[in-house]
Amino acid sequence: MTANEAMEATEVIGGRSLWQDAGRRLLGNKAAATGLVILAVVAIASFVGPYLLPWSYDQIDWDHIEALPPDIAMGHYLGTDSLGRDLLARTLVGGRVSLTVGILATTVALLIGVTVGAVAGFVGGRTDQLLMRFVDLMYSVPLTFFVIILMVLFGRNFTLMFIAIGAVEWLTMARIVRGQTLALRGKEFIEAARASGGSTPAIIWRHIVPNVLGVVVVYVTLTIPQVILLESFLSFLGLGVQEPMTSWGMLINDGAVELQINPRTLIVPAAFMTVTLFCFNFLGDGLRDALDPKDR
Amino acid sequence: MWSTFLRRLILAVPTLWAIITICFFLMRLTPGGPFDSDAPVPEEILANLRARYHLDEPLWQQYLSYLGNLLHWDFGPSFKYRDFTVTALIAQGFPVSLQNGACALILAIIIGVPLGIAAALAQNSPRDYAISAVAMTGIVIPNFVMGQLLILVFGVLLKDSVLHLPAGGWDNGALANRILPVFCLALPYVAYIARIMRGSMIETLRTNYVRTARAKGLSSSAVILHHALKSALMPVVTFLGPATAFLLTGSMVVETIFQIPGIGRYFVQGALNRDYTLVMGVTILSAALIIAMNLVVDLIYGLLDPKVRYDGE
Repeated sequence: MTANEAMEATEVIGGRSLWQDAGRRLLGNKAAATGLVILAVVAIASFVGPYLLPWSYDQIDWDHIEALPPDIAMGHYLGTDSLGRDLLARTLVGGRVSLTVGILATTVALLIGVTVGAVAGFVGGRTDQLLMRFVDLMYSVPLTFFVIILMVLFGRNFTLMFIAIGAVEWLTMARIVRGQTLALRGKEFIEAARASGGSTPAIIWRHIVPNVLGVVVVYVTLTIPQVILLESFLSFLGLGVQEPMTSWGMLINDGAVELQINPRTLIVPAAFMTVTLFCFNFLGDGLRDALDPKDR
Repeated sequence: MWSTFLRRLILAVPTLWAIITICFFLMRLTPGGPFDSDAPVPEEILANLRARYHLDEPLWQQYLSYLGNLLHWDFGPSFKYRDFTVTALIAQGFPVSLQNGACALILAIIIGVPLGIAAALAQNSPRDYAISAVAMTGIVIPNFVMGQLLILVFGVLLKDSVLHLPAGGWDNGALANRILPVFCLALPYVAYIARIMRGSMIETLRTNYVRTARAKGLSSSAVILHHALKSALMPVVTFLGPATAFLLTGSMVVETIFQIPGIGRYFVQGALNRDYTLVMGVTILSAALIIAMNLVVDLIYGLLDPKVRYDGE
């Protein structure tokens, strides 16, 4: 057998990577797997669903105000709200907004948090001190207050909303990533990378970041529902997206006003949101178990 | 421990100053002002108003005099509640918010800690799943939905029964008026604390010293109360710092829904009205509260964990 053939033989056997392993364990966890499936369904319904429905989210059906479900003939599968707008269409479009804010804001938090955490942990010394003191300082700021001030001052703006929320949510991410980086810094493979002449940014990007991804993925899954809740809280205060655009928080808030007359307008969006948040939490817990090296 | 504590205490001053500075310039440098209105106001009146509130002075001068006034507890006049100073508004609202917040936090600890322990002791049993499900529900249902549901059930549906509770209002702090808001405020914390407690208790029960205590033949309750509880409480204590911040946010919602005259409601109205001084006052107070709570957490650490006491770091 030549060396080449030997190499092919090993490749055929193949190893299981951390991620394959984790994936298998995740799918074995019933709660997490169910959560994943339901989340996929909700996401697809929110992003594709509105195009398939007979009514759009801002269209008023003057003949069917507060129609009771299921009004199949008219295409109001879950009835209409007090202005005659299709409840299902609004809930799906609201879901699109809420999920988008959740994902974008978490991405912002991810970018800032991982960068700060990895740099602080890897470079160490004064940089570390400075960055972490800043994080400490930010922790004692009533951050929700700042988001509210920003939203009030700059108007209700979708882009600003997720940037502001993201800029608030990165702190814990930075701490977690820094802790992991500190543990990695002394490892041999980092030393090897340094010995072979890798620059600091290159080592952080090629060697540190891929190795902290596990923890980060778990935290991301748990941050998205928090952001969705924060967005709904802003909507409750009247600082969310602008009418006729809507989000789950706004729908719930509108529904709460009509709670006694027409509880359906509260229950439908609240159910969608609650189920989604449940699934994100189950998925996050499942991922944590799946990626925990202690269990292997 | 004391040196750490002192250092943190000294660090609190520049922290507060940084927050005040950021907040001050953030509010002043953005478009719009407290005297904007739909009806056109004559130029002279506007100028008078601005002079009355010192808004015509250069920004740095306003900033310095604001800082100077803060040093003797003068938060300035409110721009919207014309007859009140911010100090007076806070003095009115803060005790209300503080009482509700403290009640909610204590209630959450009293319920959450035992729930978490109960779940941890029977890991992966039906009891554990039931408690985890309840905890998860408390986390994912936003408190403005929970508040509305509570009002519907106890304020409207049970109107003629003994369980009837007022749907809102404060009535100078009558007990009946406090039950629903405090419960609504506490629920998410019960959930968080139960979850944190469960996790840390499971971890603690696996440690060697707990095994040793068991092997000595101590009863299960003695092991938990005397050996495991102390160190398992650490993560719960850590949570108290952020919890204070969340409580302040929660109070905005709860005070708005239940019409309670606390500072959370002032903050929301103040922000919408561009009442600079009121918003600044509430923000500064909240920041001070969070900083103070973090210091308390440090102290409790020292009491719970001897390592913290001796390390000096």
